[in-house]
Amino acid sequence: MIYKETGQYKSSYKSDHAIFPLLQDKIAFSTLMFVAFLIIPLIINSYWEKAILVPFLIFSLAAIGLNILTGYCGQVSLGTGGFMAVGAFSTYKIMTYFPDMNIMIIILISGLITAAVGIIFGLPSLRIKGFYLAVATLASQFFLVWLFNKVPWFYNYSDTGQITVSERTMFGVPVTGAEAPSYATYLFCLVLVVVLSFAAKNLIRSKMGRSWMAIRDMDIAAEIIGVPPLKTKLSAFAISSFYIGVAGALYFAVFLGAIEVTESFDIMTISFPVLFMIIIGGLGSMLGSFLGAAFVVTLPIGLKFLMVDMVGLSAVTAKHFEITIWGLLMIVFLIVEPHGLARLWSIAKEKLRRWPFPY
Amino acid sequence: MSVELLNFIETVLNGLMSGVMYSLVALGFVLIFKASGVFNFAQGVFALFAALTLVGYQTGQVPFAHLINELFGTNYHNWYASMPNFFAILLTMITMIALAWIIERLVLKHLVNQDPIILFMATIGLAFALEGVGDLMWGSDVKVLDVGIPSGGSIWLEEATIGLAAEGSDYYGMYVDVLNIWATVIAVILVVSLALFSQYTKTGRALRAVADDHQAALSVGISLRSIWILVWAISGFIAMVAGIMWGTESGVQFSLSLIALKALPVLILGGFTSIPGAIIGGLLIGVGEKLAEIYIGGYFETGALENWFAYVMALVFLLFRPQGLFGDKIIERV
Repeated sequence: MIYKETGQYKSSYKSDHAIFPLLQDKIAFSTLMFVAFLIIPLIINSYWEKAILVPFLIFSLAAIGLNILTGYCGQVSLGTGGFMAVGAFSTYKIMTYFPDMNIMIIILISGLITAAVGIIFGLPSLRIKGFYLAVATLASQFFLVWLFNKVPWFYNYSDTGQITVSERTMFGVPVTGAEAPSYATYLFCLVLVVVLSFAAKNLIRSKMGRSWMAIRDMDIAAEIIGVPPLKTKLSAFAISSFYIGVAGALYFAVFLGAIEVTESFDIMTISFPVLFMIIIGGLGSMLGSFLGAAFVVTLPIGLKFLMVDMVGLSAVTAKHFEITIWGLLMIVFLIVEPHGLARLWSIAKEKLRRWPFPY
Repeated sequence: MSVELLNFIETVLNGLMSGVMYSLVALGFVLIFKASGVFNFAQGVFALFAALTLVGYQTGQVPFAHLINELFGTNYHNWYASMPNFFAILLTMITMIALAWIIERLVLKHLVNQDPIILFMATIGLAFALEGVGDLMWGSDVKVLDVGIPSGGSIWLEEATIGLAAEGSDYYGMYVDVLNIWATVIAVILVVSLALFSQYTKTGRALRAVADDHQAALSVGISLRSIWILVWAISGFIAMVAGIMWGTESGVQFSLSLIALKALPVLILGGFTSIPGAIIGGLLIGVGEKLAEIYIGGYFETGALENWFAYVMALVFLLFRPQGLFGDKIIERV
């Protein structure tokens, strides 16, 4: 009864092709946007910003990027950390060379640079597939991290090898640096995430997205019906890297402020968690990217609260427990619902359609 | 012989030896991949867990001591002072077999017929869980592992080679770690016995049958489940050997589990499905890495090529042979 599409007729192609064809979805989405843009900035505090909301937004973007490549185009990638590092370091270099440039433009240019790098590292995908490709993408991860760690030009010859963001403003309010107020960093990320996810959603419904899915489902058959594998795979790599690069730029400039590449963009801290996000959220689902990111960001906080504050374990033991539970949850989740949280949501919608009168 | 040539030989020799260490890890991957189609990312953590367990048994640590002490305010540390190496290794082997059984029971059984990527993610989960359990059980401090394998430079080889250089040249003989020589010997024994086992025993033949074709193997009455447990136990055993070797060299600590990442380029170079591929791939990568470090590394003042050189090398090979050097030919049908 709650989620019923009866009586909602489409009288034009335009309304039939809407992103949210159902009234209920439209209402839910507008409410969400209303809360996200107008309510949360008023009540946000530094803890919510730093611990939950901003990392959630940034990782959602990274998850959308990886989902485009892995979920929609079927090319498994383990190099997410490396590409995020490209985004972060491009931002840093552009900031030092063009001090007056708007931060939004800097971040988008960083995305474009990452896209170019992504195309280069996507070239092997034309020849190799499956796990061989997954391992090959690890090459990009290790090479890029090595490059940013060992070539001093990238970190402006600083002694520590760290890069630190300087303050930049949007409409007179600082959005990067230590002085930035919580609502500003949050809104900055939110605007980028909302705009880019709309772009991604529409891209996936376009010709390009359909050819990605054709390549994913069976590349030889797709080639025979006229989908060019070169263009399709490289475009997936480029666009996916663009999103991941923007996420990396935000991760550095807005979220952390100062990073050390081997720690912040490690395979264990970025690449695997982001892959886990899209698998737990749902491969090939936009909603899944968000749900997965939310799950992965909030779970450690919940676990830490449970073990350190409630049971009273020491931080080290709690950390070990966290790793264990984390691993076990991954396994349990894959066993119970290998299609991810997005699938659970569609089952819930199915149930809501009939509730409370299940025939 | 000129000093350059001798140095070159020394580099190649050392490369071959470190390649053997990579092969040891890659071997465990290949066995599991062949038999169950699972790309087992947890292989490195297996090695770490085995080494931790071995040290734990040797020094008589109480499992979960930290946790118990924190929860109940007790102060347990050790059962006994020490245990002979033989028994400790035997107990560790039993533990690894039990672990294989548990994994089959709790994880693999429920994931039959899933996509390979799902299984791969499950083994990443397994890696996390096992690492956490290992730390909880035995503590996360760096431990010294000593099972009586000698280490340090081989004096005999140094003296034997010092005379090879031309008279009056500045040459001090070759440096080869005795531990690496032992590792090579043990790896050779391991591979030969594995080959004999799979060639001449009934279980070994069943194992190869499963690797060739699951369905056909099932239809002639081979129990897939017991074969899977067996395979995971064998690769647990190989992980233990690798763990002992690497642990003796650099201490037992978290970074031991990262040898899995070292073994991946070996795998794609040799092919996921080939045991000889794992060996030769390991040797090639070992030699390539050492040569690159000495002959190319000089041009970059930054050094530390070994993090990615193996991957790039494997990638170059892959561009010519997408299934690796010895992998099964990939045949695709529409």
